[in-house]
Amino acid sequence: MYGYHGKVLHIDLKEKKHWVEQKPEDWYKKYIGGVSMATRLCWENIKPGCDAYSPDNPVCIANGIFAGTPVPVGGKYGLASKSPMTGFIGDSLSGSWFAIALKRAGWDAVVIHDISDNWVNIFIDDDRVEFRDATSLLGKGTYETEEAIRELLHDDQVRSATIGPSGENMVRYANVTNDGRQAGRTGHGAVWGSKKLKAVSVRGTHGIAVADPDTLMKLSFNITKEAQGPHTSKYRILGTSTNVLNMNKLGLLPTRNYSEGVFEGAEMVSGEYLHEHHAVKTIACAQCPIACEQMSMVKSGPYEGAMTGIEYECLFANGPNLGISDLNYVIKLISVADHSGMDAMSMGITISWAMETYERKIFTSEDFKCNSHPDGFPLNFGDGESAVFVAEMIRDREGIGALLSEGTRIASQTIDKERGTETWKWAMQSKGLEPAGYDARGLKTFALGSSVGTRGPCHNRSAAYDVDIQGVVDRFKVDETRGEHAKDSEEYAAVYDTLPLCKFIRRCFTGKADRAGAWPTIGQLINATTGWDLKYEDIDAIGSRAVTIKKAFNIREGWKRSDDSLPWRWMHDPMTKGPSAGYVTTEEELEYMKDLYYKAKGWTKEGLIPKENLIQLGMEDVADQIGV
Amino acid sequence: MPTSTSKYQYVDCDPDKCIGCQLCEYVCSYTKTGEYNSYRSRIRTVRVDEVLITAIACRTCENAPCVRACPKDALDQDPKTGIIHVDTTKCDACAWCVEACDFGAISMNPATKLAEMCDQCEELEEGPQCVKWCPKEALFITTPDQRAQKSRRELIKEEIIGTKTAG
Repeated sequence: MYGYHGKVLHIDLKEKKHWVEQKPEDWYKKYIGGVSMATRLCWENIKPGCDAYSPDNPVCIANGIFAGTPVPVGGKYGLASKSPMTGFIGDSLSGSWFAIALKRAGWDAVVIHDISDNWVNIFIDDDRVEFRDATSLLGKGTYETEEAIRELLHDDQVRSATIGPSGENMVRYANVTNDGRQAGRTGHGAVWGSKKLKAVSVRGTHGIAVADPDTLMKLSFNITKEAQGPHTSKYRILGTSTNVLNMNKLGLLPTRNYSEGVFEGAEMVSGEYLHEHHAVKTIACAQCPIACEQMSMVKSGPYEGAMTGIEYECLFANGPNLGISDLNYVIKLISVADHSGMDAMSMGITISWAMETYERKIFTSEDFKCNSHPDGFPLNFGDGESAVFVAEMIRDREGIGALLSEGTRIASQTIDKERGTETWKWAMQSKGLEPAGYDARGLKTFALGSSVGTRGPCHNRSAAYDVDIQGVVDRFKVDETRGEHAKDSEEYAAVYDTLPLCKFIRRCFTGKADRAGAWPTIGQLINATTGWDLKYEDIDAIGSRAVTIKKAFNIREGWKRSDDSLPWRWMHDPMTKGPSAGYVTTEEELEYMKDLYYKAKGWTKEGLIPKENLIQLGMEDVADQIGV
Repeated sequence: MPTSTSKYQYVDCDPDKCIGCQLCEYVCSYTKTGEYNSYRSRIRTVRVDEVLITAIACRTCENAPCVRACPKDALDQDPKTGIIHVDTTKCDACAWCVEACDFGAISMNPATKLAEMCDQCEELEEGPQCVKWCPKEALFITTPDQRAQKSRRELIKEEIIGTKTAG
């Protein structure tokens, strides 16, 4: 078998042992890699109904089919566990060296079971597995931990996926970091923390062989050169932060906890301003010829020297969404999140919930007592200094930071129970996950895509905003086409997330990003790597199977139709300013669109999956368990 | 950092342009071994911290320390190109050349037990494949003289015009 090793590595943290599972070629053809394979492994290895922090929730790492080859942007892996944020599938992707090292070490996937008695750093040294004591690494940040492990092992080719202090403290939205990139969302860092798993390190020394290297080299060379042209200029020059001004213009830039969609300080936190005043260097994931990561630094003032990669989602959440128009605070906030290993989106949106709760006088200064402020401090929108204090309290679970480290759903439920309030109405979450930086009140198709998302509302798993923004449909109205659009967008994204290829390459195959523009080349890349003969419709099936296994996982965990919801504010509380003012997605509209989506998927009205649908996708064993 | 004393050309990397993508390593190992494996690449990307990234290959030093260090006289420098050749019948994998190289540009192949370093793809008409592939044109062929000229020009531009243009 080319492109794969045919082997999954299982590691038991409790018993400190490991074993190898052989997988047949047919299994790889179905689940490919990335989020689809990681979710499938989660399906096979989890005890259904378990708590996300229990020993029965496995950590599933699935490599990419192209990792370690010259296929541009193919150096990625998928990570899946049951999410402590949502209670459903938590599937994330990260790029760069870690995936490549794992591929060279000879593993397609790794499943980590149970809970360790002591803090542990797993070292996968080709086919050897070592359980290293991680005590000396505790308290270290994500970047620091990686460096420390390289020094301990005397090899700078060792690549590690790590958690920082936030993961150790089980901040519910802590994440996993490797090579400066994050498997960012749904709380993997907290799951690792619950297992006392500080890091997984890999040294892979073997070469990777593919079925048809000449074809693969030619295709890769052309895509690499194409990726230096206009199709990626948005990402190469300003990075995704260029969205700040675009979203503001459309009235969709979440401002002050999503209360408005236009921000008066947008110019000052724009990608353009960031580039001019804070840019240090643009860097890439390993195996990526685009380079979108805008390394940005605070150059003066109290946070001088704070540096991290800035992209749109983290920027909106910690800038406009907090009413902050000074990038020095925004960079500092994101750097606290990145270095301590937590999801800067969920962190920013949890802080914005706390700010609104403070401004509505439910929280008072006293609620923010901490060691450095024994009398507490006020937390108004726009107060960057206080926001940084809160971020550090969340990281350390200090004072109210412990509550805020649980995310908006649990924090609001706890406060409402305690104080008889209704803060849940401005807790921006669906399925327990905080949403993306595209206000769905002015994007009806994206509202549907966000509500049905298997990992919660996500711009990466559903790009349904494309048809809204490009004017394919009227973004303020609902009609009978939206179910198909949401389905298409989700399954299209799932193909990229399963290979995985970074979506920023999507226009570099032929200039057109749609299926007809991308699938033929993607098919050639897969076939040259594996020696298979996948056709256009097989690429489609990769996407629908990925969405289906994630949905099947959720159904087995107790998902029901009412879980496909939206934050209350998006359904009841219209914005007052800008081009998207006055709109919400009503309950009636949402339920109508959900009907359309389930129908387009071939699912029942209740959103369950018919047996024949699963059998058609070659998922007979799944049909036995959850098919109707 | 030690500087090359070479009069010969070599593959160099502009750290301001290098994004750390490692494609040079894949292309090199593929060209030389038919496999993708950074460990078998004769050019190595180095990421010292989040933004300090570059790539290093043989600098073709004049009177090369690796050649002088070899106890078996297995290393030989081409007097025309400065490229170091390894005599496979003499090299016994003692790795003294690896230690002697100030640039860390030599590695031992665990399979063949031979020292390996960049030969600028001298057998290929189109020259070094890493230079051909580099998406950001960070890799280039140069000599120390050319480097010095470029540095002087950039310095003047920076001091007089106040802008750093190239690199």
